[in-house]
Amino acid sequence: MLEVTSIHKGIVIDHITSGKGLKIFQKLNLDKISSPVVLLMNVSSKTLGKKDVIKIQDEVDLDLTMLGLIDQNITINLISQGEIAEKRQVKLPVKVKGLFECKNPRCITSVDDYAQSEFTLVPNGKIQYRCHYCEELTEYKL
Amino acid sequence: MSLKGRHLIDPNQLSLAELDNIITLGLEIYRNPNHYREICKGKILGTLFYEPSTRTRLSFESAMLRMGGTVLGFSDANTSSAKKGESIADTIRVLDDYADLLVMRHPREGAPLLASQYATVPIVNGGDGGHQHPTQTLTDLITIHHNKGKIENLKVAFCGDLLFGRTVHSLLKTLSRFPNMEFVFISPSELKIPKHLKDEVIKSNNVEIVETTFLEKHMSEIDILYMTRIQKERFFNEEEYVKLKDSYILDLQKLRNAKEDLLIMHPLPRVNEIHPEVDTDTRAKYFEQAKLGVYVRMALMALQLGVIESC
Ligand SMILES: [Zn+2]
Repeated sequence: MLEVTSIHKGIVIDHITSGKGLKIFQKLNLDKISSPVVLLMNVSSKTLGKKDVIKIQDEVDLDLTMLGLIDQNITINLISQGEIAEKRQVKLPVKVKGLFECKNPRCITSVDDYAQSEFTLVPNGKIQYRCHYCEELTEYKL
Repeated sequence: MSLKGRHLIDPNQLSLAELDNIITLGLEIYRNPNHYREICKGKILGTLFYEPSTRTRLSFESAMLRMGGTVLGFSDANTSSAKKGESIADTIRVLDDYADLLVMRHPREGAPLLASQYATVPIVNGGDGGHQHPTQTLTDLITIHHNKGKIENLKVAFCGDLLFGRTVHSLLKTLSRFPNMEFVFISPSELKIPKHLKDEVIKSNNVEIVETTFLEKHMSEIDILYMTRIQKERFFNEEEYVKLKDSYILDLQKLRNAKEDLLIMHPLPRVNEIHPEVDTDTRAKYFEQAKLGVYVRMALMALQLGVIESC
Protein backbone atom coordinates (compact mmCIF):
# COMPACT_ATOMS: atom_id res chain seq x y z
CA MET A 1 0.00 0.00 0.00
CA LEU A 2 1.04 3.54 -0.71
CA GLU A 3 2.50 5.08 2.40
CA VAL A 4 2.57 8.71 3.34
CA THR A 5 4.51 9.58 6.42
CA SER A 6 2.50 10.91 9.33
CA ILE A 7 2.63 14.60 10.01
CA HIS A 8 3.94 16.27 13.13
CA LYS A 9 1.54 19.17 13.16
CA GLY A 10 -1.49 19.89 11.02
CA ILE A 11 -4.90 18.65 9.95
CA VAL A 12 -5.97 15.24 8.68
CA ILE A 13 -9.35 15.06 7.01
CA ASP A 14 -10.17 11.38 7.22
CA HIS A 15 -12.97 9.01 6.18
CA ILE A 16 -13.91 10.98 3.09
CA THR A 17 -16.19 8.92 0.87
CA SER A 18 -14.04 7.65 -1.95
CA GLY A 19 -14.24 10.06 -4.89
CA LYS A 20 -15.14 13.16 -2.90
CA GLY A 21 -11.58 14.03 -1.88
CA LEU A 22 -10.81 16.05 -4.96
CA LYS A 23 -14.00 18.11 -4.59
CA ILE A 24 -13.08 18.94 -1.02
CA PHE A 25 -9.55 19.77 -2.12
CA GLN A 26 -10.99 22.26 -4.60
CA LYS A 27 -13.69 23.67 -2.32
CA LEU A 28 -11.15 24.36 0.42
CA ASN A 29 -8.83 25.98 -2.14
CA LEU A 30 -5.99 23.74 -1.02
CA ASP A 31 -4.17 24.31 -4.30
CA LYS A 32 -3.64 27.90 -3.16
CA ILE A 33 -2.01 27.32 0.20
CA SER A 34 1.72 27.28 0.67
CA SER A 35 1.93 24.42 3.21
CA PRO A 36 2.53 20.84 2.10
CA VAL A 37 -0.72 19.03 1.29
CA VAL A 38 -1.46 15.51 0.14
CA LEU A 39 -4.64 14.09 -1.25
CA LEU A 40 -4.89 10.32 -0.96
CA MET A 41 -7.54 8.64 -3.04
CA ASN A 42 -8.98 5.15 -2.78
CA VAL A 43 -7.05 4.20 0.33
CA SER A 44 -8.34 1.00 1.92
CA SER A 45 -10.49 1.52 4.99
CA LYS A 46 -11.81 -0.91 7.57
CA THR A 47 -15.20 0.76 7.82
CA LEU A 48 -15.69 2.22 4.34
CA GLY A 49 -13.82 -0.28 2.16
CA LYS A 50 -12.24 2.61 0.32
CA LYS A 51 -11.79 6.18 1.37
CA ASP A 52 -10.04 9.43 0.51
CA VAL A 53 -7.82 11.28 2.97
CA ILE A 54 -6.37 14.79 2.94
CA LYS A 55 -3.34 15.66 5.04
CA ILE A 56 -2.30 19.25 5.54
CA GLN A 57 0.95 20.02 7.27
CA ASP A 58 1.33 23.03 9.58
CA GLU A 59 -1.35 25.25 10.99
CA VAL A 60 -3.61 26.48 8.24
CA ASP A 61 -6.67 28.64 8.77
CA LEU A 62 -9.47 26.86 6.95
CA ASP A 63 -13.24 27.14 7.12
CA LEU A 64 -14.17 23.52 7.61
CA THR A 65 -17.92 24.22 8.01
CA MET A 66 -18.66 23.06 4.49
CA LEU A 67 -17.27 19.57 5.06
CA GLY A 68 -20.54 18.66 6.76
CA LEU A 69 -22.39 19.65 3.61
CA ILE A 70 -20.24 17.47 1.42
CA ASP A 71 -19.87 14.31 3.45
CA GLN A 72 -21.07 13.64 6.97
CA ASN A 73 -18.84 10.62 7.46
CA ILE A 74 -15.75 12.78 7.59
CA THR A 75 -13.58 12.98 10.70
CA ILE A 76 -11.21 15.84 11.26
CA ASN A 77 -8.05 15.10 13.23
CA LEU A 78 -6.07 18.01 14.53
CA ILE A 79 -2.47 16.88 14.91
CA SER A 80 -0.06 18.39 17.34
CA GLN A 81 3.38 17.05 18.26
CA GLY A 82 2.82 13.95 16.16
CA GLU A 83 -0.36 12.97 17.97
CA ILE A 84 -4.07 13.46 17.49
CA ALA A 85 -4.80 16.40 19.74
CA GLU A 86 -8.46 16.64 18.80
CA LYS A 87 -10.88 14.47 16.85
CA ARG A 88 -13.92 16.18 15.39
CA GLN A 89 -17.00 14.74 13.72
CA VAL A 90 -18.44 16.98 11.06
CA LYS A 91 -22.06 18.05 11.20
CA LEU A 92 -24.48 19.66 8.81
CA PRO A 93 -23.89 23.34 9.49
CA VAL A 94 -26.93 25.19 10.83
CA LYS A 95 -25.79 28.58 9.53
CA VAL A 96 -23.98 28.89 6.23
CA LYS A 97 -22.49 32.07 4.78
CA GLY A 98 -21.35 32.45 1.21
CA LEU A 99 -20.65 28.79 0.42
CA PHE A 100 -23.37 28.44 -2.18
CA GLU A 101 -25.91 30.59 -3.93
CA CYS A 102 -29.60 31.14 -3.37
CA LYS A 103 -31.55 29.43 -6.13
CA ASN A 104 -34.17 32.19 -6.26
CA PRO A 105 -33.40 34.30 -9.36
CA ARG A 106 -35.34 37.23 -7.85
CA CYS A 107 -33.21 37.27 -4.71
CA ILE A 108 -31.15 40.38 -3.96
CA THR A 109 -28.08 38.17 -3.36
CA SER A 110 -27.97 37.37 -7.07
CA VAL A 111 -27.32 40.98 -8.09
CA ASP A 112 -25.87 42.93 -5.18
CA ASP A 113 -22.29 42.29 -4.09
CA TYR A 114 -23.03 43.56 -0.59
CA ALA A 115 -25.66 40.88 -0.07
CA GLN A 116 -23.60 37.82 0.70
CA SER A 117 -25.76 34.71 0.65
CA GLU A 118 -26.60 33.53 4.13
CA PHE A 119 -28.68 30.50 5.04
CA THR A 120 -30.19 28.60 7.93
CA LEU A 121 -30.74 24.84 7.82
CA VAL A 122 -34.40 23.82 7.71
CA PRO A 123 -34.96 20.78 9.94
CA ASN A 124 -36.97 18.71 7.47
CA GLY A 125 -34.69 15.75 6.80
CA LYS A 126 -33.48 17.11 3.46
CA ILE A 127 -30.41 19.28 3.14
CA GLN A 128 -32.46 22.43 2.62
CA TYR A 129 -31.42 25.92 3.58
CA ARG A 130 -33.62 29.00 3.99
CA CYS A 131 -32.21 32.20 2.52
CA HIS A 132 -31.77 35.00 5.02
CA TYR A 133 -32.85 37.57 2.43
CA CYS A 134 -35.70 36.09 0.40
CA GLU A 135 -36.63 33.07 2.61
CA GLU A 136 -36.69 30.68 -0.37
CA LEU A 137 -35.39 27.18 0.22
CA THR A 138 -32.30 26.00 -1.59
CA GLU A 139 -31.38 22.35 -1.62
CA TYR A 140 -27.66 21.92 -1.26
CA LYS A 141 -26.04 19.81 -3.92
CA LEU A 142 -22.33 19.53 -4.45
CA MET B 1 -41.07 46.84 23.35
CA SER B 2 -41.01 50.25 21.73
CA LEU B 3 -41.14 50.53 17.96
CA LYS B 4 -39.00 53.65 18.02
CA GLY B 5 -36.07 53.38 15.63
CA ARG B 6 -37.03 49.89 14.48
CA HIS B 7 -37.21 48.63 10.91
CA LEU B 8 -40.24 46.84 9.50
CA ILE B 9 -39.19 44.29 6.90
CA ASP B 10 -41.47 41.36 7.70
CA PRO B 11 -44.80 41.53 9.57
CA ASN B 12 -43.66 38.66 11.77
CA GLN B 13 -41.06 40.95 13.32
CA LEU B 14 -43.98 42.43 15.22
CA SER B 15 -45.41 40.70 18.26
CA LEU B 16 -49.18 40.37 18.59
CA ALA B 17 -49.07 43.12 21.22
CA GLU B 18 -47.17 45.41 18.85
CA LEU B 19 -49.59 44.67 16.02
CA ASP B 20 -52.43 45.50 18.36
CA ASN B 21 -50.71 48.73 19.37
CA ILE B 22 -50.29 49.87 15.75
CA ILE B 23 -53.87 48.97 14.84
CA THR B 24 -55.37 50.64 17.91
CA LEU B 25 -53.40 53.81 17.26
CA GLY B 26 -54.32 53.69 13.55
CA LEU B 27 -58.02 53.55 14.44
CA GLU B 28 -57.60 56.34 16.97
CA ILE B 29 -55.99 58.55 14.30
CA TYR B 30 -58.74 57.55 11.83
CA ARG B 31 -61.39 58.77 14.27
CA ASN B 32 -59.59 61.92 15.36
CA PRO B 33 -57.27 62.94 12.52
CA ASN B 34 -57.11 66.57 13.62
CA HIS B 35 -55.29 65.65 16.84
CA TYR B 36 -52.41 64.27 14.83
CA ARG B 37 -52.03 66.92 12.13
CA GLU B 38 -48.74 68.28 13.34
CA ILE B 39 -47.07 65.43 15.18
CA CYS B 40 -44.47 64.88 12.43
CA LYS B 41 -43.67 68.53 11.82
CA GLY B 42 -40.03 68.74 10.76
CA LYS B 43 -39.82 65.03 9.90
CA ILE B 44 -38.94 63.83 6.42
CA LEU B 45 -40.04 60.58 4.81
CA GLY B 46 -37.82 59.27 2.02
CA THR B 47 -39.58 57.11 -0.58
CA LEU B 48 -37.16 54.87 -2.48
CA PHE B 49 -39.27 53.22 -5.16
CA TYR B 50 -37.08 51.11 -7.41
CA GLU B 51 -40.19 50.01 -9.25
CA PRO B 52 -43.36 52.02 -9.66
CA SER B 53 -46.23 51.40 -7.29
CA THR B 54 -48.27 54.53 -7.26
CA ARG B 55 -50.84 53.38 -4.73
CA THR B 56 -48.38 52.28 -2.10
CA ARG B 57 -46.22 55.37 -2.57
CA LEU B 58 -49.16 57.78 -2.41
CA SER B 59 -50.50 56.03 0.66
CA PHE B 60 -47.19 56.56 2.48
CA GLU B 61 -46.88 60.15 1.23
CA SER B 62 -50.42 60.98 2.25
CA ALA B 63 -49.79 59.45 5.67
CA MET B 64 -46.70 61.58 6.27
CA LEU B 65 -48.29 64.76 4.92
CA ARG B 66 -51.35 64.21 7.14
CA MET B 67 -49.04 64.28 10.15
CA GLY B 68 -47.39 67.54 9.09
CA GLY B 69 -44.18 65.98 7.78
CA THR B 70 -42.67 66.26 4.32
CA VAL B 71 -41.61 63.72 1.71
CA LEU B 72 -38.89 63.31 -0.87
CA GLY B 73 -37.78 60.43 -3.01
CA PHE B 74 -37.84 58.76 -6.37
CA SER B 75 -40.28 56.43 -8.04
CA ASP B 76 -38.25 55.07 -10.90
CA ALA B 77 -34.77 53.68 -10.36
CA ASN B 78 -33.72 54.45 -13.95
CA THR B 79 -34.16 58.20 -13.76
CA SER B 80 -32.89 58.59 -10.22
CA SER B 81 -29.52 58.84 -8.58
CA ALA B 82 -29.85 55.19 -7.61
CA LYS B 83 -28.80 54.18 -11.06
CA LYS B 84 -28.32 50.67 -12.21
CA GLY B 85 -25.34 48.92 -10.76
CA GLU B 86 -25.01 50.96 -7.60
CA SER B 87 -25.23 48.80 -4.54
CA ILE B 88 -28.14 49.36 -2.19
CA ALA B 89 -25.59 49.70 0.61
CA ASP B 90 -24.06 52.78 -1.09
CA THR B 91 -27.43 54.34 -1.90
CA ILE B 92 -28.52 53.96 1.69
CA ARG B 93 -25.28 55.32 3.12
CA VAL B 94 -26.00 58.55 1.22
CA LEU B 95 -29.79 58.85 1.48
CA ASP B 96 -29.85 57.83 5.12
CA ASP B 97 -28.92 61.40 6.01
CA TYR B 98 -31.64 62.96 3.88
CA ALA B 99 -34.65 61.58 5.72
CA ASP B 100 -35.82 60.46 9.17
CA LEU B 101 -37.50 57.31 7.87
CA LEU B 102 -37.20 55.47 4.57
CA VAL B 103 -39.72 53.31 2.74
CA MET B 104 -38.28 51.05 0.07
CA ARG B 105 -40.06 49.27 -2.75
CA HIS B 106 -37.79 46.96 -4.73
CA PRO B 107 -38.29 44.20 -7.31
CA ARG B 108 -35.56 42.09 -5.65
CA GLU B 109 -36.54 39.94 -2.70
CA GLY B 110 -34.56 40.78 0.40
CA ALA B 111 -33.51 44.27 -0.82
CA PRO B 112 -35.11 46.15 2.12
CA LEU B 113 -33.45 43.77 4.57
CA LEU B 114 -30.09 44.55 2.96
CA ALA B 115 -30.91 48.28 3.17
CA SER B 116 -31.74 47.95 6.87
CA GLN B 117 -28.24 46.60 7.52
CA TYR B 118 -26.75 49.92 6.38
CA ALA B 119 -29.37 52.39 7.57
CA THR B 120 -29.36 54.37 10.78
CA VAL B 121 -32.96 55.52 10.29
CA PRO B 122 -35.88 53.07 10.25
CA ILE B 123 -36.53 51.27 6.96
CA VAL B 124 -40.02 50.14 6.00
CA ASN B 125 -40.39 47.43 3.39
CA GLY B 126 -42.86 48.78 0.84
CA GLY B 127 -42.90 45.46 -1.03
CA ASP B 128 -39.98 43.32 -2.21
CA GLY B 129 -40.77 41.21 -5.27
CA GLY B 130 -43.09 38.37 -4.40
CA HIS B 131 -41.79 38.21 -0.86
CA GLN B 132 -43.20 40.58 1.74
CA HIS B 133 -45.45 43.60 1.93
CA PRO B 134 -45.89 44.24 5.65
CA THR B 135 -47.84 47.49 5.40
CA GLN B 136 -50.42 45.78 3.17
CA THR B 137 -50.77 43.20 5.94
CA LEU B 138 -51.21 45.98 8.50
CA THR B 139 -53.83 47.52 6.21
CA ASP B 140 -55.67 44.20 6.04
CA LEU B 141 -55.48 43.71 9.80
CA ILE B 142 -56.80 47.18 10.65
CA THR B 143 -59.69 46.61 8.24
CA ILE B 144 -60.55 43.33 9.93
CA HIS B 145 -60.29 44.87 13.39
CA HIS B 146 -62.33 47.93 12.43
CA ASN B 147 -65.15 45.81 11.02
CA LYS B 148 -65.11 42.79 13.32
CA GLY B 149 -63.90 44.44 16.53
CA LYS B 150 -61.35 41.63 16.93
CA ILE B 151 -58.84 39.48 15.09
CA GLU B 152 -59.55 35.98 16.40
CA ASN B 153 -62.15 33.24 16.03
CA LEU B 154 -62.66 34.04 12.37
CA LYS B 155 -63.10 31.91 9.30
CA VAL B 156 -61.21 33.56 6.49
CA ALA B 157 -61.44 32.56 2.82
CA PHE B 158 -58.74 33.54 0.34
CA CYS B 159 -59.77 33.40 -3.31
CA GLY B 160 -57.75 33.72 -6.51
CA ASP B 161 -54.05 33.37 -7.17
CA LEU B 162 -52.86 31.80 -3.94
CA LEU B 163 -49.60 30.55 -5.43
CA PHE B 164 -47.98 33.87 -6.29
CA GLY B 165 -50.15 36.19 -4.23
CA ARG B 166 -47.73 37.97 -1.93
CA THR B 167 -50.45 39.81 -0.02
CA VAL B 168 -52.21 36.51 0.71
CA HIS B 169 -49.03 34.81 1.96
CA SER B 170 -48.13 37.68 4.22
CA LEU B 171 -51.62 38.07 5.68
CA LEU B 172 -52.09 34.34 6.08
CA LYS B 173 -48.84 33.91 8.01
CA THR B 174 -49.77 36.77 10.30
CA LEU B 175 -53.39 35.71 10.82
CA SER B 176 -52.33 32.19 11.71
CA ARG B 177 -50.64 33.63 14.81
CA PHE B 178 -54.00 34.78 16.17
CA PRO B 179 -56.18 32.40 18.22
CA ASN B 180 -58.76 30.05 16.70
CA MET B 181 -58.53 30.97 13.05
CA GLU B 182 -59.88 28.83 10.22
CA PHE B 183 -58.91 29.21 6.59
CA VAL B 184 -60.55 28.32 3.30
CA PHE B 185 -58.33 28.40 0.21
CA ILE B 186 -60.23 28.88 -3.05
CA SER B 187 -58.12 28.64 -6.18
CA PRO B 188 -57.65 26.78 -9.44
CA SER B 189 -55.50 23.70 -8.94
CA GLU B 190 -52.62 25.41 -10.80
CA LEU B 191 -52.61 28.31 -8.35
CA LYS B 192 -52.97 26.50 -5.04
CA ILE B 193 -51.33 27.82 -1.91
CA PRO B 194 -47.69 26.59 -1.75
CA LYS B 195 -47.33 23.42 0.30
CA HIS B 196 -44.55 24.75 2.51
CA LEU B 197 -46.71 27.69 3.49
CA LYS B 198 -49.70 25.46 4.19
CA ASP B 199 -47.58 23.18 6.38
CA GLU B 200 -46.16 26.15 8.22
CA VAL B 201 -49.59 27.61 8.87
CA ILE B 202 -51.06 24.32 10.05
CA LYS B 203 -48.12 23.65 12.34
CA SER B 204 -48.02 27.15 13.78
CA ASN B 205 -51.32 27.03 15.57
CA ASN B 206 -53.06 23.81 14.65
CA VAL B 207 -55.42 25.80 12.49
CA GLU B 208 -58.17 24.25 10.41
CA ILE B 209 -57.85 24.61 6.67
CA VAL B 210 -59.99 23.63 3.69
CA GLU B 211 -59.01 23.74 0.02
CA THR B 212 -61.52 24.00 -2.79
CA THR B 213 -61.85 25.20 -6.37
CA PHE B 214 -65.40 26.52 -5.91
CA LEU B 215 -65.98 30.02 -4.67
CA GLU B 216 -69.50 29.43 -3.38
CA LYS B 217 -68.88 26.16 -1.58
CA HIS B 218 -68.17 27.59 1.89
CA MET B 219 -69.81 30.98 1.36
CA SER B 220 -72.37 30.59 4.13
CA GLU B 221 -69.76 29.82 6.81
CA ILE B 222 -67.07 32.39 6.21
CA ASP B 223 -66.54 35.67 8.07
CA ILE B 224 -64.07 37.22 5.64
CA LEU B 225 -63.67 36.79 1.89
CA TYR B 226 -60.30 38.02 0.66
CA MET B 227 -60.39 38.29 -3.14
CA THR B 228 -57.27 38.60 -5.30
CA ARG B 229 -56.59 38.95 -8.98
CA ILE B 230 -56.07 35.98 -11.25
CA GLN B 231 -53.89 36.79 -14.18
CA LYS B 232 -54.52 35.03 -17.44
CA GLU B 233 -50.80 34.51 -18.04
CA ARG B 234 -50.55 32.35 -14.93
CA PHE B 235 -52.51 29.60 -16.66
CA PHE B 236 -50.97 26.82 -18.66
CA ASN B 237 -53.93 26.47 -20.95
CA GLU B 238 -56.49 28.90 -22.21
CA GLU B 239 -59.37 26.45 -21.81
CA GLU B 240 -58.77 26.10 -18.08
CA TYR B 241 -58.64 29.86 -17.68
CA VAL B 242 -61.90 30.40 -19.54
CA LYS B 243 -63.56 27.70 -17.44
CA LEU B 244 -62.45 29.19 -14.14
CA LYS B 245 -62.35 32.91 -14.70
CA ASP B 246 -66.10 33.33 -14.37
CA SER B 247 -66.40 31.18 -11.27
CA TYR B 248 -64.10 33.59 -9.45
CA ILE B 249 -66.04 36.69 -10.35
CA LEU B 250 -67.83 37.69 -7.21
CA ASP B 251 -71.34 38.99 -7.86
CA LEU B 252 -74.47 39.41 -5.76
CA GLN B 253 -75.82 36.07 -6.92
CA LYS B 254 -72.79 34.29 -5.42
CA LEU B 255 -73.27 36.22 -2.20
CA ARG B 256 -76.86 35.17 -1.62
CA ASN B 257 -75.97 32.59 1.03
CA ALA B 258 -73.26 34.68 2.65
CA LYS B 259 -73.43 35.98 6.21
CA GLU B 260 -74.93 39.42 6.74
CA ASP B 261 -71.73 40.63 8.32
CA LEU B 262 -69.36 39.04 5.82
CA LEU B 263 -66.33 41.24 5.20
CA ILE B 264 -65.32 41.41 1.53
CA MET B 265 -61.74 42.54 1.04
CA HIS B 266 -59.36 43.01 -1.90
CA PRO B 267 -55.86 44.53 -1.91
CA LEU B 268 -56.71 46.43 -5.15
CA PRO B 269 -56.37 47.12 -7.98
CA ARG B 270 -59.16 44.84 -9.06
CA VAL B 271 -59.69 43.89 -12.67
CA ASN B 272 -62.90 41.94 -12.98
CA GLU B 273 -62.91 39.55 -10.03
CA ILE B 274 -65.49 41.62 -8.15
CA HIS B 275 -68.49 42.76 -10.16
CA PRO B 276 -69.20 46.49 -9.71
CA GLU B 277 -72.71 45.62 -8.47
CA VAL B 278 -71.07 44.38 -5.25
CA ASP B 279 -69.52 47.80 -4.55
CA THR B 280 -72.67 49.22 -3.00
CA ASP B 281 -73.28 46.14 -0.84
CA THR B 282 -72.61 47.02 2.79
CA ARG B 283 -70.31 44.01 3.07
CA ALA B 284 -67.88 45.37 0.46
CA LYS B 285 -65.02 47.02 2.31
CA TYR B 286 -62.18 47.18 -0.21
CA PHE B 287 -62.27 50.93 -0.67
CA GLU B 288 -62.42 51.45 3.06
CA GLN B 289 -59.47 49.07 3.25
CA ALA B 290 -57.38 51.35 0.99
CA LYS B 291 -58.41 54.34 3.10
CA LEU B 292 -57.51 52.65 6.39
CA GLY B 293 -54.11 51.84 4.86
CA VAL B 294 -53.18 55.51 5.17
CA TYR B 295 -54.09 55.62 8.88
CA VAL B 296 -52.28 52.44 9.78
CA ARG B 297 -49.18 53.78 8.02
CA MET B 298 -49.53 57.01 10.02
CA ALA B 299 -49.61 54.97 13.22
CA LEU B 300 -46.64 52.85 12.19
CA MET B 301 -44.46 55.81 11.20
CA ALA B 302 -45.41 57.85 14.27
CA LEU B 303 -44.32 54.94 16.48
CA GLN B 304 -41.11 54.30 14.52
CA LEU B 305 -40.20 57.98 14.65
CA GLY B 306 -40.97 58.02 18.35
CA VAL B 307 -43.31 61.03 18.11
CA ILE B 308 -45.84 58.80 19.85
CA GLU B 309 -44.64 56.21 22.35
CA SER B 310 -47.70 53.97 22.33
CA CYS B 311 -51.41 54.45 22.70
ZN1 LIG C 1 -32.43 34.35 -1.47
